[in-house]
Amino acid sequence: MIAIIDYGMGNLRSVAKALEAAGAKNVKVTSSAGLILRADKLVLPGVGAMQEAMRELRKLRLLEVIKKNIFRKPFLGICLGLQLLFSESQEGGKVRGLGIFKGGVKRFSRKLKVPQMGWNQIRIKNQESRIKNFKNIPDNSYFYFCHSYYVIPEDKSIIIATTDYGREFVSAIAKDNLFACQFHPEKSQRLGLRLLENFVKI
Amino acid sequence: MLTKRIIPCLDVKDGRVVKGVKFLELKDAGDPVRVSKRYEEEEADELVFLDITASAENRKIILDVVRRTAENVFMPLTVGGGVRDLSDIRSLLNAGADKVSINTAAVKDPNLIKRASDKYGSQCIVVAIDAKLIRNQPALAKRSGPGKPVTSNQKRWEVFINGGRTPTGLDALKWARQAEKLGAGEILLTSIDYDGTKCGYDLELTKAVTSSVNIPVIASGGAGKKEDFYTVLTAAGADAALAASLFHYRELTVKELKGYLKKRGIAIRC
Repeated sequence: MIAIIDYGMGNLRSVAKALEAAGAKNVKVTSSAGLILRADKLVLPGVGAMQEAMRELRKLRLLEVIKKNIFRKPFLGICLGLQLLFSESQEGGKVRGLGIFKGGVKRFSRKLKVPQMGWNQIRIKNQESRIKNFKNIPDNSYFYFCHSYYVIPEDKSIIIATTDYGREFVSAIAKDNLFACQFHPEKSQRLGLRLLENFVKI
Repeated sequence: MLTKRIIPCLDVKDGRVVKGVKFLELKDAGDPVRVSKRYEEEEADELVFLDITASAENRKIILDVVRRTAENVFMPLTVGGGVRDLSDIRSLLNAGADKVSINTAAVKDPNLIKRASDKYGSQCIVVAIDAKLIRNQPALAKRSGPGKPVTSNQKRWEVFINGGRTPTGLDALKWARQAEKLGAGEILLTSIDYDGTKCGYDLELTKAVTSSVNIPVIASGGAGKKEDFYTVLTAAGADAALAASLFHYRELTVKELKGYLKKRGIAIRC
């Protein structure tokens, strides 16, 4: 069973439907710690503000169960679900994230149109992920982005893809069976579904 | 590189796609889910549904249309039309919309933009602006007082609400800036003068808005041929171009258009 963690933010139904279209048989949208514990795989989606997301996760008492299980089973983070993995964000003063990885979350320069909204290319930076996370996905493929903040990991070895928007920023990270991306595979048509299929097949 | 977006718009009435000219004369153009699927195959970059259902009791139909579309089509979907409050926004997002566009309700209560973007994030709040050129500019010049006379080449546009029927007295550029400040993540700009005419987008209006704000702007109204898209995405600085009837009646396919724009050197996904 794949558990999509529901903390009241973002379009979870789309993620569930896309995973099903990518071949997942049993997908549950849930905020139950019990189901998260029992799930074979975890998905942390979400759009919006990190502060609000942390508040909701805390309210639902999901912070600990996520932290404890994040490396125990295949994990997929999408958009805000990527940003939440980091230790802090400059969004609205200083906001603390889950702190799975050291590093910050930063807003795009005021000189750019923010949010970055639309289709942009990814540059695959890591050979291993080319045959794992990005199997059957060519370098420079387009994915759909919709965000104002990007992550800056301290540990550069987790960076597996980058994208250009005013500057080069990190658009996907991976470590063991954890994969998280800034773009939205569930909204990225054919190639998005292929990426989800790679996750479903782990 | 971030690409420019080509966005087919589906005007949906009582669960069916319809298309009118200058906000009038509606024609039936098919089932929204089937039409959306065709656009996905053509690699349209996003879809916009505009619900123009008049009666309140039929408004729930759009939620079902959005739900069915989101189950079958895996691309960004913006839904607008008749959105009045936070609960309308929540229902649409829960049904599967990625962005919700607000028009009349935002003009009547600008703070709705702030409440909505605080709650759901700027990225999913689109403010739709229907603008029309103010013809008697001198009269306005007098009203704007001494010191700041409006010259003939400083055109001004007024915001209209209720499907383009009701003038508001609001200046379109000022309103666009205010919407951005309140947290709008994008502006969907329709020229009432050009809508349905097929003689090209309103380049002056679009240019004026794209140089007034720092959020993405979708140009809408007037697309008639491939060149129109090229001009609005380059000279007028639009981030995306929207069209309805042109794509519906297959006078132009999204695929053909994108191939053309790419060949002319625009950053396009295809």
